[in-house]
Amino acid sequence: MQIPVEGFMYPNEVELQWSVLIVLYPFITGLVAGAFILASLERVFRVEAVKPTYRLALLTALAFLLVAPLPLQLHLGHPERSLEMYLTPHRSSAMAMFGFVYLWYLMAVLLLEIWLDYRRDIVLKSQSTSGVVRLIYRLLTFGSSNISERSLRIDDRVGYFITLIGIPSAFLLHGYVGFIFGSIKANPWWSTPLMPIVFIFSAMVSGIAAVMLLYMLSTRLRGKPLDIRCVDKIAQYLMYTFIIDFSLEMLDLIQRIYEADESFRSLDFMVHTRLWKSQVIVQILLGTVTPIALLGLTQILKLSEIARKRIYALAGSLTVVGIFAMRWNVVIGGQLFSKSFLGYTTYKMSFATREGLLTAIVLMLLPFAILWVLVKLLPPWPDARAISASGTAPAHGTS
Amino acid sequence: MFKDIEHLIRLAVVIAILLAVFVLLRAAVVPKSFGEYGHYRGTAIAEIAARTPAFAGHDVCEACHTDVVDQKRLGRHANVPCEACHGAQGKHADDPSSVKPQLPDTAVICARCHEANSAKPKGFPQVVSADHSGGLACNTCHKPHRPKIEDEKETKAANTKPAGGKK
Amino acid sequence: MDITRRRLLILLPAAAVAWKYVQAGTPEVSPNYKMTEHWWGMLIDIPKCIGCGSCVRACSEENDVPDGYFRTWIERYHVSDWKIERPEVESPDGGKQGFPPNEISDGKNFFVPKLCNHCADSPCTQVCPVGATFVSPDGVVLVDKNYCLGCRYCVQACPYGCRFINPKTNTAEKCSLCYHRITKGLTTACCEVCPTGARQLSDLKNPKDPIHEFLRTHNVQVLKPHMATGAKVFYNGMDGSVR
Repeated sequence: MQIPVEGFMYPNEVELQWSVLIVLYPFITGLVAGAFILASLERVFRVEAVKPTYRLALLTALAFLLVAPLPLQLHLGHPERSLEMYLTPHRSSAMAMFGFVYLWYLMAVLLLEIWLDYRRDIVLKSQSTSGVVRLIYRLLTFGSSNISERSLRIDDRVGYFITLIGIPSAFLLHGYVGFIFGSIKANPWWSTPLMPIVFIFSAMVSGIAAVMLLYMLSTRLRGKPLDIRCVDKIAQYLMYTFIIDFSLEMLDLIQRIYEADESFRSLDFMVHTRLWKSQVIVQILLGTVTPIALLGLTQILKLSEIARKRIYALAGSLTVVGIFAMRWNVVIGGQLFSKSFLGYTTYKMSFATREGLLTAIVLMLLPFAILWVLVKLLPPWPDARAISASGTAPAHGTS
Repeated sequence: MFKDIEHLIRLAVVIAILLAVFVLLRAAVVPKSFGEYGHYRGTAIAEIAARTPAFAGHDVCEACHTDVVDQKRLGRHANVPCEACHGAQGKHADDPSSVKPQLPDTAVICARCHEANSAKPKGFPQVVSADHSGGLACNTCHKPHRPKIEDEKETKAANTKPAGGKK
Repeated sequence: MDITRRRLLILLPAAAVAWKYVQAGTPEVSPNYKMTEHWWGMLIDIPKCIGCGSCVRACSEENDVPDGYFRTWIERYHVSDWKIERPEVESPDGGKQGFPPNEISDGKNFFVPKLCNHCADSPCTQVCPVGATFVSPDGVVLVDKNYCLGCRYCVQACPYGCRFINPKTNTAEKCSLCYHRITKGLTTACCEVCPTGARQLSDLKNPKDPIHEFLRTHNVQVLKPHMATGAKVFYNGMDGSVR
């Protein structure tokens, strides 16, 4: 297979090392961190309006978190050796530390928070279901069916505490992904201290947008009325976070253009040619400026509910596409130019191979399948909760 | 007292068991030599060092081919190592009687060094082979071990034997 | 000729024994080699390089390097007049078959052999998540192919493009400074075959190594010094346009 090269590449650089699967990895962890931060808003900062999405956001985070390591596994030359990351982690490697951050976030934060929040439902279900489903719920109770008022109050307090730990953990999770790229001094496209911060804010943007879309979609599928107050609030948060994210990215860009160091000419040429469509058109114009402008419209004009809903759906979708393009431009863009700054290579995505487009599509659909199962097992809907509540338990939340 | 946090205690026990399993697994699975010199498998060094070299090195060649050494010493190829032209001869050194080296094609091998190229150092002898020899093999005139043609005549006079090694 | 052949027959067994002995040695096992007594590097004398590609071919054969990948390669530079920030560089097949003639009259033309710089503060070993690549006690950056995950992070971290993934083993690979040779008292394959002595293996811990005298008396550089990698491949007579 001949890969088209322009100018001079060091001979080993012609082949790209990190494929579309490594684009998925920061995209997916970003959705996790963003969804979790949205959930935490309600719990820690007591934003009542977004409460209907609390549990959905947690389950979304879990569904994506479970899929996050898969693109990495599929990409490894020796997946069977991946446990070495945990057995002999190299302390100076950002990637090794990420394994522990991931586990901490999955085990100590997300699973625990979901478990504590759902424990009452789990216990009730374990008593009302039968067969295999019952067995699953029984296992999830860890053999304790105590849902006395005091025990639930303790759960709530512990849960609050975990959410408090969870917010910095979510920042850590995705900040670390940013650091994996930002700490590579050999690569000027990646090497910037802003990388972790940009990753965190873009994560929040994508996570908030994804949960908003999922909430709108799920209420529609269930034929329930949409809580427009909730979506208004989420859209507002989306816009503010997006403005911060965009400012940070522009700050990075302006600094690069003004400083124009040894790598600038090479990178500038790359953005104007190979990355023009994915970076300037899709990421910046369609995926950032347009949704911010659309969301801004809903803030300025007094639009009807229907119009707002449509704008939110459009802006949310564009946002998710834009953030995906951002991940693409970071991961793939960082490998298209030569470290000699004298040439460019090309990324040819294959289709039905281990690291091909088909795998990427399947991996992107998988979290939704997992989410579907999770939603069946642990219904996140506020109305479902109201029905199952028999009045013995206190209303959820510290508010 | 503990009744209402029983489920949390149960969870803590499960986590403690998982941690213990991890610690035991780690002790069992990590290679023994890991950390011997640093954060890596110490035995990896010996494994890498154990491979068999393909190139024997000119000292090994010269132990037997003393006649060629005598030839080369007098000419401008004195410091050109044997395997630069003859290729890897580790197998030949290992079993000289059954593994016989192939004679290199001078038309190819000489041009690699001596074909004119503006990036080559100015003092280095270079020719445009098409003009220089018109496609004739280089060893028609030059003897590779002692390439200068005048040298060649001297050698003949001294030895009354053709130079240039084995045929 | 007959005399020669007879002499050969007498000498052959002795040489074979010597060769066997050379092959047998392993570090710390062999009494001849102590890792702590060496600190390896290399000297590249650019004005001596003729771009013949012998080193690339020898490396490929010695280390079974797959086609299209390079543990060492040669670049041909062309710098026209004052444009040292914009050199024209090429490396067809890594210079394995030498370089086609180019009769450019203006500017400067020269060859630059490249290989792993065996950095003392190497960015590639820093990022390895599991400890599958490391700087050995004698200063050689090695890859443990039986432990490497194939995550390719090290390939990204090398500023010099010296690493690749071997498609046969699916693990990271790079110049090992012919570790299996230098620990047996041989030089590297590339240095062994270099016809002009443009490449020389250097032991920086050995006070008798000619490298010390050379470094004292020549203007020597390393590649990309601003990367501060502690590179141990020293280039003599290198132009400022080389990157």
